[in-house]
Amino acid sequence: MKLKIHVMDTVELIEEKTASKKNTSISGSQAVMEACLFEGVDTIFGYPGGAIMPIYDALYDYSNQLKHILVRHEQGAIHAAQGFARVSGRTGVVFATSGPGATNLVTGLADAMIDSTPVVCITGQVFAHLLGTDAFQETDVINITTPVTKWNYQVTDATEIPAVLAKAFYLAGSGRPGPVLIDITKNAQLQLFNYEGYKKCDHIRSYRPKPIVRKEYVQRAAELINAAERPFVIFGQGVILGKAEEEFKAFIEKAGFPTAWTIMGMSGIPTDHSLAVGMLGMHGNYGPNVLTNECDVLIAVGMRFDDRVTGRLDKYAKQAKVIHLDIDPSEIDKNVKTTVPIWGDCKETLPILTALLQQKDHRAWLNKFKEYKAKEQEKCINEELHPLTDELTMGEVINLLNELTKGEAVIVTDVGQHQMVACRYAKYNHSKSNITSGGLGTMGFALPTAIGAKFGAPNRTVIAIAGDGGIQMTIQELGTIMQFKPDIKILILNNQFLGMVRQWQELFHEKRYSFVDITSPDFVQVAKGYHINGQKVTERSSLKGALETMLNHNGSYLLEVMVGKENNVFPMVPQGRGVSEIVLSKEEI
Amino acid sequence: MIKNNTMQKQEYTITVYTENQIGLLNRIAIIFSRRKINIESLNTSPSEIEGIHRFNIVINETEEVIRKLCRQVEKQVEVLKAYYNTNEEIVWQEMALYKVPTDIIAEEVKVERLLREYGARAVVIRKDYTIFEATGHREETDKLIAVLEPYGLIEFVRSARVAIIKNSKGFHEKIKEFEHTEPSEDVVGNEFLNQQDEVFSM
Repeated sequence: MKLKIHVMDTVELIEEKTASKKNTSISGSQAVMEACLFEGVDTIFGYPGGAIMPIYDALYDYSNQLKHILVRHEQGAIHAAQGFARVSGRTGVVFATSGPGATNLVTGLADAMIDSTPVVCITGQVFAHLLGTDAFQETDVINITTPVTKWNYQVTDATEIPAVLAKAFYLAGSGRPGPVLIDITKNAQLQLFNYEGYKKCDHIRSYRPKPIVRKEYVQRAAELINAAERPFVIFGQGVILGKAEEEFKAFIEKAGFPTAWTIMGMSGIPTDHSLAVGMLGMHGNYGPNVLTNECDVLIAVGMRFDDRVTGRLDKYAKQAKVIHLDIDPSEIDKNVKTTVPIWGDCKETLPILTALLQQKDHRAWLNKFKEYKAKEQEKCINEELHPLTDELTMGEVINLLNELTKGEAVIVTDVGQHQMVACRYAKYNHSKSNITSGGLGTMGFALPTAIGAKFGAPNRTVIAIAGDGGIQMTIQELGTIMQFKPDIKILILNNQFLGMVRQWQELFHEKRYSFVDITSPDFVQVAKGYHINGQKVTERSSLKGALETMLNHNGSYLLEVMVGKENNVFPMVPQGRGVSEIVLSKEEI
Repeated sequence: MIKNNTMQKQEYTITVYTENQIGLLNRIAIIFSRRKINIESLNTSPSEIEGIHRFNIVINETEEVIRKLCRQVEKQVEVLKAYYNTNEEIVWQEMALYKVPTDIIAEEVKVERLLREYGARAVVIRKDYTIFEATGHREETDKLIAVLEPYGLIEFVRSARVAIIKNSKGFHEKIKEFEHTEPSEDVVGNEFLNQQDEVFSM
C-alpha cells in the first residue's frame, strides 16, 4: 500500500508546533520557575528535600537565571530572605521541603510577620492523596503557619500555580508587606498542564492594600500641627517600607519638628540630621522618652506603638493630641487613642500634609532635647563609650566601629544587650542600613540575615553583630558563608552571659543568675574550621587595629571581642513604668 | 468615673462577608482564640451573592474590644467586610431540636399545650420518641428546655445564631457591583483523597 503524504499537511504541522509554544505543556515545577522569573526574582534561599525535588529538578535548568543559595538550616534560609528583602526593598524567596523543612521556617515567618517583611516561601508537600495520612515528612503546614503568615495556600493542582504565585507575590509586597507561604503538593509539581502564560496580579477584590486617603483628616491634622507649640514626630519602619524617606525628610524640615525613630525605623533619616533627636523605646534615648510626655502634638508616622516604645499605656502621651499616619487601619487606635488618624501610604499622605503645613522652626523645643541629651551623655553615654575600666564595653567597640564605617555600612544585629547598644550608637547615612529583629526578637537572627543582606546589596559593607548567645543559635550558617563566599564581617561581643536576661535578673530578681552563664567555643577556631579568617581581642590597645583588619579584609572575617561580663545597658524604661520614668542608672530604679 | 457603653460587656453579633475559601474559617477563629475569647455561637453560610460567604459570630465583650477585633478580621486577605451589632440592631433567630419520649406527650396534655405555646412543631414522630423544633431567641429556647426537663427530655441541640442587620442595604449593592465585574474564583478542593490505591508514590 502506498502512503500518500500531502505537502500541505506537513506545512500545517510545522505551523502548529511554533504556534503552540505559547500554549505549551509544562510541569507545575516549571511554572514555579517561570513565575519567579516574571516576578523579577534572581536569588533563592533554600534547602531541598523529598517533597520539593521536582521543583529543584526544574531549578537545575534555570541555574543561569535563578541563583540558589544552599543554607545549612531552613531557618537560615528564611532569615536570609528577610535580610535580602530588608536591605533591597524586594521580596525574598525561600524554598523548603515538607515536614521538618516547613516547620523550621515558622520562627522566620513569625519574625517576618511581626516586622512586616515581604517574603514568599514555597514549601513542598506530600502527594495530595496522602494528605492527612501521617505520611513521611507530612505536616499540616497550612494550619501551622496560618497565624504567622499574611496569606497561605495549598496547591493540589498544577493549573492553579501561575495565578496563586502571582497572588502570593502581590500580597507579600503590597500594602503592609508580610510573609506568604505556598504549599505545593508533589503531584502538582510533577503534573503537566497547558501553560497559558503568566500574568502578574495587581488586584484582589477582597484586599485593599492602601486605604483611601481622606483629605478632611489631613486638613484637620495640619490645623493641629500648625497650632502646636511642642510638636514631636516619631517614626518607624513604615517610612522605609513605603520608600518615603525623601517625602518624610521634606515633611520634618518644613516645620522643624524634633524627630525620633523606633529601632525598626532607624536609618530612615540620617542619624546626623539636624532634627534627629535619637531613638525611642525601652533602651532609647533619654530626651525622646521623657519629652513624649511633654509634647502637645504627637505625630506618629509608620509606627505601631509597640509596648517596648510606649511603656505603660496609661502613662503614655496622655497630654498630647495624637496624629497617626499608617497604611494598616487596624493599627490605628489599637494601642494608643488617636485624635486624627490618617490612613494611607505615607508616600502619598506625607506630601499632602506637608503642603498644608506652615514653615516654622521650633528651636527652643528642639533645644530641650539637646539638654536631655547632654544629661544622658554625662550620666550614661560617657562611661559606656569612654570607660575608665580595663574591661572593654560594648559601647566603645560599637562607637569605634561606626567611626571606621563612617555611617556607610549595613549593620545587622542579633538580639540582646549588644542589639540595644549597637542601635543606640550606630551612625547611618543611608536608609535600609539597620537590620534587626525588632518585633519578635529572634536570637540567631544576625548571621543568616547578614548573608541575605549581602546578596541583596552586594556593593555595601555588611556587618553582623551578635552576642555569644545569639551567634551559637545559628552558627551553622558559617557553612553557607564558606560555600558561597559572601563578604560578611562578623563581630561577636562576648560577655560570657546571656546579657539582657542577666541584666533583668540583676535588677529585678535580686541577682539570682538562673542559667544565664553560657560558655562558648573558641569562635576563631570554629571560623577557621569553616575557612573563615578571624581573631580575638581582649585588650583595648588591639581593638582599633582588629576592627580595621576586619573591615579591610578581602572576604569574610570573624572578630571576637571580650567585653565586660556584668555591664548593664542604660538608660532603661523598667517594665510596668511610664516612658517618663526612664532611669539613667541602676540606682534610680 | 462615668460608665459608658464601651466599658460594659454585652453580646455582639459580628457579621463577616468573605470569599469562599478553604481554611478561612480557621483564620477568623484564631483571631478570637488568640485573645482567649470564647465564641458563643458561630455560623457560616452562603450569602445572597454567589461565591460570597457569610459568617455570624456571637461573642460577649466590650465595644472597644469588638471594634479592634473587627478591624483584625477585616485585615485578613479574603475578608471583604466585617460588621458588629448589638442585639437591638439585628433580627436574629436560633433553632433548637428537642427529643422527647412520645408517651409523655400522649399522657400529659400539659406538655402538648406547652409545646404549642412556644410554637414548637413536631418534626419526627416515632413510637418511642418525638422530635420537636423551636425557633426563636435563646431565652425562649432555654425556657422550653427548663419546662420540658421534668417530663424527661432525652436530648437537646441548639443551632448557631443567624442574624440579619436591620439597617443593612448599602454593602449588598456594592458587592453586587463587584460580582458583575469580577465573578468569584472557583474553590479548588483536594480531589485526590480517594485515589490512594491508584498512585504509587515516594
